Amino acid sequence: MSAGSDYTGGGNLSPALLTTTSVTPDRRDEGVALSRHDFLAGAASWNARPPAGAGGMGGAGSRPPGTSFHRAEALGPEPARITLTVNGRRHDVIADPRATLLDTLRERIGLTGTKKGCDRGECGACTVHVNGRRILACMTLAVMHTADEITTIEGIAPDGQLHPVQAAFIEHDAFQCGYCTSGQIMSALALLDEIRRGEPSAATDDVTAPAVMLSEPEIRERMSGNLCRCSCYPQIVAAVRQAGDAVAEPSGAG
Amino acid sequence: MRIGSELSRKDGRLKVTGSATYTADTQVPGLHYAVFATSAVASATIEALDTSGAERAPGVVYVMTHHNAPRLRPPAPGFGSMTFLPLQSDQIRYEGQPIALIVADSLERAMHAASLVRPSYAVRPAQMSMLERFGPDADAAVFDTLETVTQGYDEPDTRTGDPDAALGSAPVSLSRRYTMGFRHHNPMEPSATIASWDGDRLTLYDTTQHVWGVRSVVAEALGLAADDVRVVSLFLGGGFGCKGFVWPHEILTALAAREARRPVKLVLTRSQMYAACGYQSATVHDVALGASRDGRLVAVAHDVVYANAVPEAFPEYAAAGTRTVYACPAIATRHRVVKLNTIQPTAMRAPNEGMGNFALESAMDELAYELGMDPLELRLRNYAERDPTTGKPYSSKKLREAYHLGAERFGWSRRAPHPRAVRDGNDLVGYGMATALMTTYRFPSAARVRMRADGSVVVESGTQEIGTGVRTIMPQIAADRLGIDPQHVEIVLGDTTLPEAGGTFGSSSTMGVGSAVADAATKLRLAILRTAIADKASPLYEARLEDLEVHPDGAVTPRGSPTRRDAYAAVVARSGREAIEAEGSWAPGGDVLGTGDYAMYTFGAVFVDVRVEADFGITRVARCVGAYSAGRIINPKTARSQMTGGMIWGIGQALLEQSETDAELGRFVSKNLAGYLVPANADVGALEAYFVDEVDPHASPLGAKGIGELGATGVAAAIANAVYHATGVRVRDLPIRPELLLG
Repeated sequence: MSAGSDYTGGGNLSPALLTTTSVTPDRRDEGVALSRHDFLAGAASWNARPPAGAGGMGGAGSRPPGTSFHRAEALGPEPARITLTVNGRRHDVIADPRATLLDTLRERIGLTGTKKGCDRGECGACTVHVNGRRILACMTLAVMHTADEITTIEGIAPDGQLHPVQAAFIEHDAFQCGYCTSGQIMSALALLDEIRRGEPSAATDDVTAPAVMLSEPEIRERMSGNLCRCSCYPQIVAAVRQAGDAVAEPSGAG
Repeated sequence: MRIGSELSRKDGRLKVTGSATYTADTQVPGLHYAVFATSAVASATIEALDTSGAERAPGVVYVMTHHNAPRLRPPAPGFGSMTFLPLQSDQIRYEGQPIALIVADSLERAMHAASLVRPSYAVRPAQMSMLERFGPDADAAVFDTLETVTQGYDEPDTRTGDPDAALGSAPVSLSRRYTMGFRHHNPMEPSATIASWDGDRLTLYDTTQHVWGVRSVVAEALGLAADDVRVVSLFLGGGFGCKGFVWPHEILTALAAREARRPVKLVLTRSQMYAACGYQSATVHDVALGASRDGRLVAVAHDVVYANAVPEAFPEYAAAGTRTVYACPAIATRHRVVKLNTIQPTAMRAPNEGMGNFALESAMDELAYELGMDPLELRLRNYAERDPTTGKPYSSKKLREAYHLGAERFGWSRRAPHPRAVRDGNDLVGYGMATALMTTYRFPSAARVRMRADGSVVVESGTQEIGTGVRTIMPQIAADRLGIDPQHVEIVLGDTTLPEAGGTFGSSSTMGVGSAVADAATKLRLAILRTAIADKASPLYEARLEDLEVHPDGAVTPRGSPTRRDAYAAVVARSGREAIEAEGSWAPGGDVLGTGDYAMYTFGAVFVDVRVEADFGITRVARCVGAYSAGRIINPKTARSQMTGGMIWGIGQALLEQSETDAELGRFVSKNLAGYLVPANADVGALEAYFVDEVDPHASPLGAKGIGELGATGVAAAIANAVYHATGVRVRDLPIRPELLLG
């Protein structure tokens, strides 16, 4: 019998595995077909999309847009100094190569608005944007994002102001305890961009149509990767719908 | 305008910007990270525990096991904490029990070190299956061999009249067994504790629904004076009961921080939450109903079997609601327990009635079909004007109005009388209804209200904000009593340095804390006005107190003399004090849970429209309408969210939620949010919640009652009843799975 079985899974990737994820040249702007090596290398964050409602995260065979591959030194097992760009600001941090983006945001950079609900990609509480796409910060390692633009709940509106989605959440009482709210709002922002880009979801009747309507079934489906145990789902749908009408320009970073 | 207004949450901006400080967000200098290694077996003696790998791992500063942990004073028997504490002996009583606690300088290093702990066990057979002792096919005689929890706050058994005789002679009778699986609370925020010592004084930042309970249990366990322990809980990411009691990890984190001589943060993993802070027991219900041909109940009997942990005693009064919900001369209820190797079960939204209600309301539906009567008509025919078990009058009850309001808004009159009569495409359509009911629990509370010289008001009370809206409605209540706009009022809460308040459980805060705030604010208003009329510098000098009126901006004038104005803020400023303050308190009469000469409950009527996909048996709740009789509503906006949230809990209870167990392994096996299904956004259809106009003068001086748990009752039964109406299949075991509806 062994103890600590909770920690033998994805939360404790070995340094050896990490090095294999860091050897692909940066092809961020090339738009080429994905090689098998790239695909395996990107798998960690490819898996990081919301388990449901993730329409528009890129179809099979295309490259996960939230992921970048770049040349890096092999890191670990000792903590290493890395630079992360979060909400437009560069942060030099000492990161354990095993540290998730979520834990690095919270425990190293002090951006605690992003929450840990499950640490295994099931609840959506840690949703952030990487290069303008939503990902789950618990399912990706900080060292994989040194070349990325990361946006958290703290970065979606100028100080002292509210994004229309934030204001709509208050108006529609779209939260109670508030713990999942950062993730809900980050998903809502990304959802509006996905709709604007015409990306279909499982709730889209005609996936070949050039445009997707911001309907309630679309919102429910695309928000289903974000659990709310206080169960404010109808209010969340109402808030996203209202904000969708109010937001004219693409929102969020990227 | 203040009580009864739809004020948006006052902590809304903090919550939508990510700036609300939950326990694990607290910044403490020099913080180290604690992680548990846990037992993979459920019943065993630890024969050896090799921690050498963990101790040598980089960054580790302390490893605590039963070998080196200082001995704690175990909490006294009761149901607010566990008497059994891990890391105090070589005994394993449940899977997931901590066997070592690692403290390291980073979370990653602590997690890695915890994975290096190597135990060996002498394993004993574990008791994990309730059904082995009392399952769907168990003989009723087994019931009499089971134990009773007697040290609770209510009677395990009650008996009015002679139900056995009445059942024997009833013209119509039925006897049915209903079951429900184990459930876990799964608040989005995992439990977290940060312990920081300053000499012999301890500060705990903790995810708790009751800072005072944590203070008292932790102080007792560590041999400290209660005053040397401060517990802080500013925002809670949900709890639903699992943060109500005091659990071993809270005590052990405090101990580890003391031994490691560093501030320590422990956050349970989602998986650990399934064996660290309680669960709702599976239950088996035997319900027998006897009735006359015209539908009048002559006998009601409800027996419940539920689980308890070895060696704890937690009372779950799942048949308590059956004692009061319908008028009947003969009612008997009994509760028995089966002991399992688990963490202690605990209250979960909704406890007691939330479970028993499914059984009784399903049986009532079966009786209605047996009689050929509309299920709503059967409820109305047995409407209880007084509590049938105690004979006491209800403190207030407008359930009849709620039945009619709910039925009208839902369109119940369109219901087809026979099952499996309506189809919409490939969906079988069914309507179902049930009565909702919850006992009223009230706890003594205190509050202080301070008016500052700038006119801002601070309410101070050691209550908690779990998401119910305490940060919003308490300022509303204070503003109402002071006569000003609630925008001037804030609340400081979640700290044992504030006046003591009851726990945020049992739907009790509005009554207990709200009444204390109202008392303090009423006294503060008087204190300020008295200061004004005694102050020669005030335009109100020597005015008559009873002539004064307060305006929403805090101006004070004699009635009818608008030019002779003073203001709250000016009175405070002239007093030379930083603030004028008043303390208030409220306690229910008699014993803490006593309701005196009245039976005290909240009520509701729940109607649902379900669609069962004919080929796959998948049930969806298209619409749910609830109408509630729940006293005066302080804030309809936050109150409606509570009720619709409760409905979604009912959808989870009916269709999704069950913690699977493995009798051989002795453990819960679906310990994550992929294995334990909670409702997601796409699972939810249209929800409507209504309140009938009601003031309960006996439940609290505000006329209000509690609503947090009421919304989670009635829904599961209404769904099961609607599924029967849609399909003709009666499901008596929750959750309702597609395979039960096929073939």
